[in-house]
Amino acid sequence: MTGRVITITSGKGGVGKTTTTANLAMALAALEKKVVAIDADIGLRNLDLMMGLENRIVYDLVDVVEGRCKLKQAMVKHKDYPSLALIPASQVRDKTAISPQDMITVANELKDVHDFVLIDSPAGIEWGFKNAVAPADEVLVVTNPEVSAVRDADRIIGLLEAEEKPVPVRLIVNRIKLGMVRRGDMLSVEDVVSLLSIKLIGVVPDDEVIIKSSNEGVAATGRPKQAFEDIARRLMGEKVPFMSLDSNGNVLERFRKLFGGG
Amino acid sequence: MSGAIQFKGIRQGLLVTIPPDDEWAKVIADLATRIDQQAAFFKGASVALDVDKRAVRRHELANLLTILQKRDVNLISVLSTSATTQGAARKLGLATELVEPPATQSHIPDTSRFVETNSEAPSLKSDVHGTEGVLIRRTLRSGQSVQNNGHVVILGDVNAGSEIVAGGDVVVWGKLRGVVHAGAYGDETCVVCALDLQPTQLRIASLISVSPPSKKRRKHPERAYVEDGVIKAEPWTD
Repeated sequence: MTGRVITITSGKGGVGKTTTTANLAMALAALEKKVVAIDADIGLRNLDLMMGLENRIVYDLVDVVEGRCKLKQAMVKHKDYPSLALIPASQVRDKTAISPQDMITVANELKDVHDFVLIDSPAGIEWGFKNAVAPADEVLVVTNPEVSAVRDADRIIGLLEAEEKPVPVRLIVNRIKLGMVRRGDMLSVEDVVSLLSIKLIGVVPDDEVIIKSSNEGVAATGRPKQAFEDIARRLMGEKVPFMSLDSNGNVLERFRKLFGGG
Repeated sequence: MSGAIQFKGIRQGLLVTIPPDDEWAKVIADLATRIDQQAAFFKGASVALDVDKRAVRRHELANLLTILQKRDVNLISVLSTSATTQGAARKLGLATELVEPPATQSHIPDTSRFVETNSEAPSLKSDVHGTEGVLIRRTLRSGQSVQNNGHVVILGDVNAGSEIVAGGDVVVWGKLRGVVHAGAYGDETCVVCALDLQPTQLRIASLISVSPPSKKRRKHPERAYVEDGVIKAEPWTD
């Protein structure tokens, strides 16, 4: 089995890389894929929290790289999805503890026995980012509909395109606030896509349930859950239409849809 | 035939080839004379010296370097097949192969692919003489920069956060959102053209302007130029 190594990155911090990685990993596992998620944010580890696995960690990625344990020993199995595992980051070391070559070695070993290897990249464009994208077969760039996040995404895409062997890069627009877009107060998905001119793979609406589920370390519910599941299906090659961003809009519109009007 | 020092203009500056049999002292003296005869031409020039098989020692090379420096000529590299010469050059901080002059550089990695540099290709005839520039066939993204002594033509967008610095004109076949500087050496006749001209900042020679705040305006090609000491933009239709 040769799996795909997919790195989730963004440039800017706080746009939802880790949330996306966690939920995408769980969505893929729910579709019965064998998935391993790697937290490449050494020193600022979070992915374990969002997957609810903090208290099960024994070894981490740096232990693997420095030979203190076998790769298998560092893999923390998910409590709800048996086909999902996490390789946590070290909280006491920093980005320089591993090299891009280390990441390639680890990812190559993992992709032999998994369908998907998801790598959660740290923010920024320095060493940690380079580590995270070194083994990638594909990259998902997460951005928010804000000019600063889009600007940083553009920078990241530029760096990825300048690589010796550029890999496919696709876009996830996270935290779309439907009401604000409708009022014209927020960049729309179309605006973001036209600015960045790369392929869109997912749109995730802003929803309070995300904060709750992240804090509890469980999968998102409601519309975000649907959005991540759609992304997982698109990753697997299915054609899934983008969810209508109007459907929980104003009541009149919903009625009109309900009664088969326009 | 001995005695003739040869000068040739190359992309990296001036290539100076010295006669193989002359004594080093004579070479230096001849070179100094030649430079002094055309001091204005040589002033500030970047020079690559080709000594072929000749073994030049470190102190000999240092001597030459001093003479050139006095005349404001920059010796950049020394080309030689002799290990002695190469070693001496390296010790003096000189390159042993042709290096690009620092003024022309691009941070887009594979720009060179799009730049016509093949001097061996049969030259095509043209009735109209143009000036040189680079053509870049991709979108410039945030953080990317293109700098060129001549013109810059971009087939793609120039996103916000990127920059173009050109000695000549700038033409963007796409949206221009980044910072653009045309006529960077002070030529106010230079222009900036784009299919959608909304740069963060537009500079021509020493003048600077910013785009008016973008309301819902219709996108149309525009050309920016300098008139009466002010940067102006007009529809690019002619």
